[in-house]
Amino acid sequence: MSATPDTSPAYPSTGTAAPSAAPGTTRRTVLRRAAAAGLLVTPAAGLLGACATGGDGGNTEQATGEKTAQNPLGVKEDAELEVVIFNGGYGDKYATDVHEKLYQQAFPKAKITHQSTQAVSTVLQPRFASGNPPEFVNNSGEKFLDFGALVNDGQLQDLTEMWDAPSVDDPNKKVRDTVIPGVVEQGMFNTPDGQRKPYVLYYVSTVYGIWYSGKLFKENGWTAPTTWEQFTALCEQIKSKGITPFGYAGANAAYYMWNVILSQAAKVGGPEILRNIDNLEPDAWKADAVIQAARAWAEIGKNFSDKSFEGLKHTDVQLRQNQYKLAFYPSGDWLENEQKKDTPPGFEYQIMPMPSLTAADKMPHGAIRAAAGEGYFVSAKSKNPRGGMEYMRQMLSKAGARGFTETVGAATVVPAGSEGYQFPPGVASSQAALKAAGQNVFNMMFDNWYKELDTEARTATNELMFGRASAEQWAERIQKRADAIKNDSSIAKFTR
Amino acid sequence: MRQGKYPFVIGFLAVPVTLYSVFVVSPYLQAFWLSMTEWRGIGAPRWIGFANFERLFSDEVFWKAVRHHGVLLLALPLITIAIALFFAFMLNVGGGSRGGQRVGVRGSGFYRVVFFFPQVLAVAIIAVLFQMVYRPDESGLINGVLMKLGLDPIFFLINPNLALWSIIAVLVWQAVGFYVVLFSAGMASIPAEIYEAAELDGASRITMFFRVTIPLLWDTLQVAWVYLGIAAFDAFAIVAVLSVDSGGPDGATTVLAMEIYRNAFVYSKYGYASAMGVALFFLTITFAALTLRVSKRESVEY
Repeated sequence: MSATPDTSPAYPSTGTAAPSAAPGTTRRTVLRRAAAAGLLVTPAAGLLGACATGGDGGNTEQATGEKTAQNPLGVKEDAELEVVIFNGGYGDKYATDVHEKLYQQAFPKAKITHQSTQAVSTVLQPRFASGNPPEFVNNSGEKFLDFGALVNDGQLQDLTEMWDAPSVDDPNKKVRDTVIPGVVEQGMFNTPDGQRKPYVLYYVSTVYGIWYSGKLFKENGWTAPTTWEQFTALCEQIKSKGITPFGYAGANAAYYMWNVILSQAAKVGGPEILRNIDNLEPDAWKADAVIQAARAWAEIGKNFSDKSFEGLKHTDVQLRQNQYKLAFYPSGDWLENEQKKDTPPGFEYQIMPMPSLTAADKMPHGAIRAAAGEGYFVSAKSKNPRGGMEYMRQMLSKAGARGFTETVGAATVVPAGSEGYQFPPGVASSQAALKAAGQNVFNMMFDNWYKELDTEARTATNELMFGRASAEQWAERIQKRADAIKNDSSIAKFTR
Repeated sequence: MRQGKYPFVIGFLAVPVTLYSVFVVSPYLQAFWLSMTEWRGIGAPRWIGFANFERLFSDEVFWKAVRHHGVLLLALPLITIAIALFFAFMLNVGGGSRGGQRVGVRGSGFYRVVFFFPQVLAVAIIAVLFQMVYRPDESGLINGVLMKLGLDPIFFLINPNLALWSIIAVLVWQAVGFYVVLFSAGMASIPAEIYEAAELDGASRITMFFRVTIPLLWDTLQVAWVYLGIAAFDAFAIVAVLSVDSGGPDGATTVLAMEIYRNAFVYSKYGYASAMGVALFFLTITFAALTLRVSKRESVEY
């Protein structure tokens, strides 16, 4: 989940090594050498044919086994399985120590290859282009593969069969009935022929909000504000104590901030505000609720933040909060796990929903953004897609979900997995907030669907929050980009 | 000509030519072809002719990047060469003459090594280093001192008017060492008698610098200008690692390579990114040709 654009260029090296020919070479040796050189050229000519775009041939031969009660997806028991995990906020230990072990138990003859990376697209793009993709991919992080492009090219396995298979723990219950409602739908994408199919498993239950230290607030007698007046009044108090009231990292995590503004907008104008934005509706960004939210937060940026945060990375700003130099920080509930090393004892992460902006807000104060995060997919053109789906089924078992939760301290979309689990204070508070929100839960998808829109929103949000643009200008420029995407036939469109 | 000359020549050339065609020529050709297609990195590219280029010409960010290359093209060679020349002069000639031999200022051997240090560091490390130097809060190298003195911090990378210049400063800092060495070598080959004669004629150091050193160094300067110009068309690594929001704030420091990277590897618009690459290719070629033509001036024989 962390966003660290660390990029170093890779220049093709043109080192040359010429074969040496001694001056006194006979004709025969020269010829022999020329022939040897010719041998070197031949494979290179083959390489020339293999362009960056690859061929369109894929693996047509896919492993299948017999379907049984233990093996409802018909996995070939000794087929290899390659698992690629994004090594980010959650690490990859949950895969090596939990899920892969579960799969191995179910299929002892299968050979599992594990790979973890921080740049999924860099590692996998050539694999997809050459028709040799790994079976199972955790497509996440700053450099995730474009879902739209994958869907359009038929690279993703239709997961309907997996969702309809009996679950590991209860053969009378389908897998789809073991997860929280909405998870299957969130992973559905429109196919080029106009259908909607579940292609992606979003596995981690993620709650977004504004975080503060329970300890800091208790010591100062502060309570989490519920209205905007309370919020600004508290910010005033915090400021007078020499603590920065609110801040986010502009250098690489500006999306944490557009998330705040849009969450605020959803509370003011209702969740359809976000649906319109996701669906690229005309003037969706210029809706009153969105402008109001942007204006309110721009004021907070102006009065209660620190200008230097624009040049800091998310870890820097998060560290400041751990040092009690910053009161409120917006993020998702991976934050606590991410900061585990730097959090002082007793810090006690707590989440709060956006304070209500107006008395006429469409959604109550408890309304919160919650979504299933971390996308996983199975490659349709891999050698063993059935194995990939089975791996997913194992992930969604009680043991799989429990193991994940115990390893990373976050809840999954499988409620049975976190039953009775003692969460650390931050996740416990976000789980409580989620429960309190009830039906008043909203989400947005545009950043997953249209990365260009995400980029534009980030840039514009920095301009807004650090005082170089007004709320209207902010909305105007993002809308302009949304319209451009809408009119760009090369970009696959999604709706919800 | 001896019999068997061709196999001999081929034997020599086969490997380098193959490597060159596989790793240089063929990617270029592919980029030209890809720039005419719509390709999202997966699946088969779709031929769309010049549509990418049409879009390119109305792309504000593209022009912003091109403008930044314009600034870089002027500032980077000018500043770097000026500083490097000054240093090289001081290190080699600036100390006056001792026993009929022109020498550098005191401690020039030490300085020579120090100036070359940045050249030894990897670009990514330099960028990370300068993140610390430019950091906008009290733990920044410069701003920490400023804030201790009770002054306001300078937002090197956040202030849109300052950001590009902060990047240029890093590029200059990194490049100067190499050109000091290059110019030093050039100066070493200038015969001492010329300086002697100039000194006898009562020329000051400044006159000597402009009337003797520069004209006799013209060829080297020309080479330096082309090198630095080409470097000005790159700047990717420093911008990608150092700048805020990858080329920000709001594109204030972006360069073409950054946009190519973003379009290809973030937006998965490989066709469009290739079109930018082709544009960059022509910009670089044009620059190199122009420079060589414009700076063609009779070199002084000695």
